[in-house]
Amino acid sequence: MNVVVFVLILALLALVVAIVGAPLRRRAHGAAPADEGLESPLEADLAAARDAKYQEIRDAEMDYRTGKLSLEDYEAVDAGLRAEAIEILDRIERAEGGGGPGPEA
Amino acid sequence: MASLGFACLLLALAVCVYGIGASIYGVRSGRVEFSESGRRAVYALAAILTVAFAVLEIAFLRNDFGFNTVADTSSRTTPGFYRAAAVWSSQEGSLLLWAWLLSMWSSLALFLTRRRMRDVAAYATAVLLGFGGFFVALMVFYANPFATTRPAPAEGAGLDPLLRFPTMMIHPPMLYSGYTLCTIPFAFGIGALLARRVDAEWIKAIRRFAFAAWLFLGVGILLGARWSYSELGWGGYWGWDAVENASLMPWLTGTAFLHSLMIQEKRGMLKVWNVSLVLATGTLAVMGTFLVRSGVLNSIHAFGGATLGVPFVVLIGVLIAGSIYLVVSRRDMLRSEHRLDSLLSREAMFIANNLVLVGLCFVIFWGTYFPLISEALTGQEASVGPPWFDRYTVPLALVLVLLSGIGPVIAWRRATLANARRNFLMPVCTALIALVVLLVAGIGDKPLALAMFCCAAFVFGSVAQEFVRGTRVRRAIAGESPPRALLSLVRRNRRRYGGYIVHVGMAVLFIGVAASSSFQHASELSLSPGQSTRVGAYTVRYVRPTASLTPAYDRAHTGSTLALGAEVDVSRHGRHVATLQPSEGYYASQDPSQGSVGSLIGGQPVSHVSMDAGVTRDVWSAIAPNIEAPVLQRIIKAGNADLTGEDTLVALGYLARAYLKSPPPAQFHFIVSPLVMWIWVGGLIVFGGGLIAVWPAPSTVRRRVGARAGARRDRALARA
Repeated sequence: MNVVVFVLILALLALVVAIVGAPLRRRAHGAAPADEGLESPLEADLAAARDAKYQEIRDAEMDYRTGKLSLEDYEAVDAGLRAEAIEILDRIERAEGGGGPGPEA
Repeated sequence: MASLGFACLLLALAVCVYGIGASIYGVRSGRVEFSESGRRAVYALAAILTVAFAVLEIAFLRNDFGFNTVADTSSRTTPGFYRAAAVWSSQEGSLLLWAWLLSMWSSLALFLTRRRMRDVAAYATAVLLGFGGFFVALMVFYANPFATTRPAPAEGAGLDPLLRFPTMMIHPPMLYSGYTLCTIPFAFGIGALLARRVDAEWIKAIRRFAFAAWLFLGVGILLGARWSYSELGWGGYWGWDAVENASLMPWLTGTAFLHSLMIQEKRGMLKVWNVSLVLATGTLAVMGTFLVRSGVLNSIHAFGGATLGVPFVVLIGVLIAGSIYLVVSRRDMLRSEHRLDSLLSREAMFIANNLVLVGLCFVIFWGTYFPLISEALTGQEASVGPPWFDRYTVPLALVLVLLSGIGPVIAWRRATLANARRNFLMPVCTALIALVVLLVAGIGDKPLALAMFCCAAFVFGSVAQEFVRGTRVRRAIAGESPPRALLSLVRRNRRRYGGYIVHVGMAVLFIGVAASSSFQHASELSLSPGQSTRVGAYTVRYVRPTASLTPAYDRAHTGSTLALGAEVDVSRHGRHVATLQPSEGYYASQDPSQGSVGSLIGGQPVSHVSMDAGVTRDVWSAIAPNIEAPVLQRIIKAGNADLTGEDTLVALGYLARAYLKSPPPAQFHFIVSPLVMWIWVGGLIVFGGGLIAVWPAPSTVRRRVGARAGARRDRALARA
C-alpha cells in the first residue's frame, strides 16, 4: 500500500467519523435533540389518517359523479366518511391539546 | 488502489456494525442522538461504497488486469461502454453493485423520513444496515472484488459474448435497484412491528418506495425478456428460467401490496395481509439474489460455484423466522378496524386480485424451488418446464386481466346491481364486439388466446369509459375544453388514472404475449444458397453467405473473432418484405490444444439473431453454420500446423473466403410471431402510467399553519 492510498484511507475514516459522530458531538455540547418540535407519533398518525379520509371523501364524490354510485348510496357513504373525518379531527384537537386521542369510534 | 477498495469494505463493515448498535441503543434508550448517528451511518456507508465502486470502475476502464475480476471479465478489445458495465458481470462486482445500490436507496429513504416515525425509522435503519453488512461481509470473506494477481496478466479473458448487448448492461442495475428497493418497505415493516406502530403513517411513508421497487423490478424484468428475445438464439422472451422467476415473484407480491395498501389506507383493513406481503416481498427479493449468486440452480444467469449458498440460506431462514414471529406476536394490534361492506365493491375486487397475484406467485415459487427441494430430499434431479408453468399461470393471468377491467368501474365500499349493470354495459359490449370480430377472423381455434383478447378489450372499454366520464365531470365543474379537462383530471387524480393507464399497459402486454405464443409459425431446417422455405404466410430464401473478421469489421461490437452467416430474403405474396442477416459469432478460447488457429474460434459460439420487427409481426431468424464441414476444417488444420502469432489471422481470412465461395448447408431457425412489439409497447405504457401514479401532486406540499387554526379549517372543509 503506498502513501497516497494510506492518506486516502485516513481521510475517508476521518470523514466517516465526522459524519457519524456529529449528532453525538452536538448533544454533548448541549444542543436540543434532533426531534424536538417534531410531531408526536400519535399526531403524525392522525394526520396521515385525516389525509387518507379526505382522499376517500374525494374518491366517493368522484365515484358518484362518474356514475358508479347512486345518489342515495353516495349520500350515505359521504355522511359516514365525513362523520369519520370529524372524529379524526376531534382526536387531533385532543392530541394537540395534550388530552390524548380520546375514545375510539 | 486495490488496497483502498478493500479498506473501504472493511470500513463499511465496521460502519454497519456500529450503525446497527447505535440505532437499536438509541431507540431503546430514547437517546435520539444515537438513532440519528445510526441513520448517518447509512449515509457514511453510501459514501464509502461509492468510493469502493469508483475504484473498481476505474480499474475496468484502465484495463488494470491485476484485479482478478477485471482479468476475468474484460479485455483491451472490449468496447468502452461494455467495459464500464462489465463491473457487474462478475460475482464479486455484482455483490458490490447490490450493496452500493442498497446504501444509496436506504440513504434516500431515511433522509426523506428523517422527521417522521423516529422509532420505526431507527429499527428500519438497523435492518437496512444488517442487509448492507451481510453483503459487505460476503465480499470481505468470500468474494473479494479487489483480489489481485501480481504480476498482472497482459490481457483479460473478455466479456461473455452473451452480455454484449446494450439492454443487457442496463438490466442488472435496474433489477438490483428493484431488489434493493424491496428491502426498504421490508425494513420499515419490521420497524413498525418492533415499535408497535402498525398504523396509517408507516403505510403512507413506504408507499412510494414500494412503488419504486415495483417499477424498477418491472423494467428490469422487461429488459431481460427483451435481451432473451433479441440475443439468445431460441427466439423466445420468457422461458420460465429459475432466475427469471426469481425476479417475477417479488414483483407479483409487490403488485398485490400496491393494491391492498389502498384498502388499509381507506378502511383500516388487511393489516396482517399487508405487513405479510411487505415482508414476503423483501424476503423473495433476497431469495432471488440467492438464486443468482449461489449457483444452486443451473441457468444462463447463474455463476458457477456454491460458496455463497450457506450464508444466504442462513439469512433467508432468519428473515422468514423473524417475520413470522413478529406478525404472530403483534397480531392483536393488526386487527382490522372495519369489515368488508359488500362483495360488489372495489375492496372485494382488490382482495380477489390479491388472491390471484399471490396464487400466481405460489405456483411460480413451487415450480422454481421444487427441483431444489426434490434434489435435496431424493438426490435425483427434477425439472419443471414451461408447459407446467403455462398450465397454471395462463388461467390465473386471464382472471387477473379481467379483474383489472372490473375494478375501475366498481365503487369503493358498495355498488348496487343496477349501477353495476349500467357501468359494465360498455366494457362488456367492447369485449363482445372483439369476440365477434375475432371469431369472424378465424381464431376461434385458440380459446385461451381468444379469451385473453376479449378480457383485454374489456379492460380497454372500462378504462376508456372512466376517462370519458371523468373528463365530462371535469368539464362540468371547471368549464374546461376536453383536452384541458383530461389533463386536469389526470393531474388531480394521479394515483387513480395513472393506475388505469398501468392496467391498459398490462392488457396490451398480455395481448402481445397471447398472440405471439398462440399464433407463432416456426421452422427449423437446413438450407443451401438459393433454397427457400415457407414460414406462415412468408417465404424466406437463403440468398448468399456472409462472413466478417475481427473488431475492425465488427460494427455491433460483438467481440467475435469470426462471424459466419447468411443474407436471407423475406417475401410475402411475391413482394419483398425484409432482408435479414443472421450470423454465428466464433470467439477465442483459452484452450491451446485446439491449435493456433482453432483456438481463435474455439470458444462457445454465440448466435447473432436478425429480425424484422413490425407493428403486426416480427420475422426472426438465427443460423448455425456448419463449421465442421471438411472444406473449413482442412483450412483450420493446415493453419494449426504452419501458422503462429498474427499470421493465424491469415488463416481466418482463407476460412472466410472458403465459406463465401463454397458454403456448406447451414441450419436455420425462422419464427414469425404476431404482435410481439406490443409486449414492449405495453411495458412502456405500464412504465408511463406508473410514473404518473407515483408523481407527487402539488397539494401534497406541506404548509405551516397554526395547529388549532388548521383543525378549525379542516372541520369546516369536512362539513362543506
